[in-house]
Amino acid sequence: MLSIQSLSKTYADGTRALDGIDLEVPNAEIVALIGGSGCGKTTLLRLIAGLDRPSTGRIALDGEPITGPHSGVGLVFQEPRLLPWLSVADNVGFGIDYLPKRERDDRVTHALERVGLAEHAGRWPRELSGGQQQRVSIARAFVANPRVLLLDEPFSALDAFTRKDLHRHLLALWEEVRPTVLIVTHDVAEAVALADRTIVMRPRPGRLDDTVVLPMRRPRDPAAPTSEAATRTILSALDHSLRPRDGSRPPQVAGGSSF
Amino acid sequence: MSLTTVLSDDAGAKAAPARRFTALGSSARLALGLLLPLVLALGWEIAVATGLASGRLLPPPSRIGAALWTLAASGELWTHVEATLIRVGLGFAFGASAGILAGTLTATLPPLRWLFDPSLQALRAVPSLAWVPLFILWFGILETPKVALIAVGVFFPVYIGVAGAIASVDRKLVEVGRIFRLSKLALARRILLPAVLPATLTSLRTGLGLGFLFVVAAELMGASEGLGYLLLDGQQFSKPDQILAAIISFAVVGKAADAVLVALTSPLVRWQDTARETL
Repeated sequence: MLSIQSLSKTYADGTRALDGIDLEVPNAEIVALIGGSGCGKTTLLRLIAGLDRPSTGRIALDGEPITGPHSGVGLVFQEPRLLPWLSVADNVGFGIDYLPKRERDDRVTHALERVGLAEHAGRWPRELSGGQQQRVSIARAFVANPRVLLLDEPFSALDAFTRKDLHRHLLALWEEVRPTVLIVTHDVAEAVALADRTIVMRPRPGRLDDTVVLPMRRPRDPAAPTSEAATRTILSALDHSLRPRDGSRPPQVAGGSSF
Repeated sequence: MSLTTVLSDDAGAKAAPARRFTALGSSARLALGLLLPLVLALGWEIAVATGLASGRLLPPPSRIGAALWTLAASGELWTHVEATLIRVGLGFAFGASAGILAGTLTATLPPLRWLFDPSLQALRAVPSLAWVPLFILWFGILETPKVALIAVGVFFPVYIGVAGAIASVDRKLVEVGRIFRLSKLALARRILLPAVLPATLTSLRTGLGLGFLFVVAAELMGASEGLGYLLLDGQQFSKPDQILAAIISFAVVGKAADAVLVALTSPLVRWQDTARETL
């Protein structure tokens, strides 16, 4: 269980990036965070990852407070951020060098097979395409067996076909380890394809605005009536979140709509 | 149909010259590079041989070759090359180590940067040759002032290069290290060191080049051996062939030292995604 209580973040220049965030994510749930730009999605992810410190509030993973980078939390950045001086296999094994070599090699090989890059293990990152690099970066996060995996718009720079392919790879890896997943996205179709629950955020300051529960079975067909209905609901919630409104109204997260 | 033909004809016409250039092998390119100096040398040789020019102040290649051969055969050349190489080597070792150390410290510890960097930048503005009189007063005229002068010349480019490389390490890659909870030491070893290596090696090459620049200055200020001494000796006894022989030796030795440095360090930066191969 990842639990976030009355979290807020004000940057040194006075920007209120997040205000009063309360969120509970049970284990193995996939949550999509969606919202317009500047609504604090990335800030929220960086706080959970322990890269930045919150101004107030607390974050706990299974009861352990998170005060810095945590072994149970993995992060996939928006860009692949592979280390150019390491081979693909060494990049995947970067975070688990404390393991004995045999076990490390086994895990790396397995993860590379899972993302379909087994034959590229010995190449340099620069020799891969953008989609392949992002797969390496997802494999790098997965080999450390995180309990919570955070993804910050990981597929936003990729074309629609590659993105769909990567959704498949991500779900395959998720089935295996079943971590809690928080994925930041601005793509409604991505949220509908992956998430158990989509949280719509609203900007200035960033707050949780609405929740849409997506109880459909996977794999999901984007053209199915349930998917299309979910897409419409999220779009209208997004539209709603961007309309100016009385700021004192408490965000409704607990209830929300469902199918 | 006709459109396709036109297009392919056009493409063929454009591709042909490009192919001709790329088809030049590496040996052909080498030969092309040697063409100009060879033609000039041969022309001068003929001009002197036929009496069109006297060749007193600029001797023809054959006399320079003969001077080089005499120096090499007597073993004198090797004594001078050795003396020069030892000076450059020592000065480079001291200057580069000091530059790497100072660059690393000022780039990673802000208080040290605020303390030292302004003074170092001010000293850098002093032309290195301006130190010569002071160094002679301090260290005499033997090896110490020469090595010190070369070390000063090597220090600054290495210092600037290393400090700049560390300061410009990508924050995004450092965050990858933080996510995997690397210790400060592991972060330095696994992310900072590889990230600054290419720029550091470039600054070392610049430093080595400057080392050869300053060894001439150092040897001109008084030496009994070294390639710089050969230059000065050639001037004082009016032996232009010896001066040119020394200049050629400098070119060969400097190029060889640079090639050795590149050969030793290039395996470390094999991963770099540079345009070198495509240019």
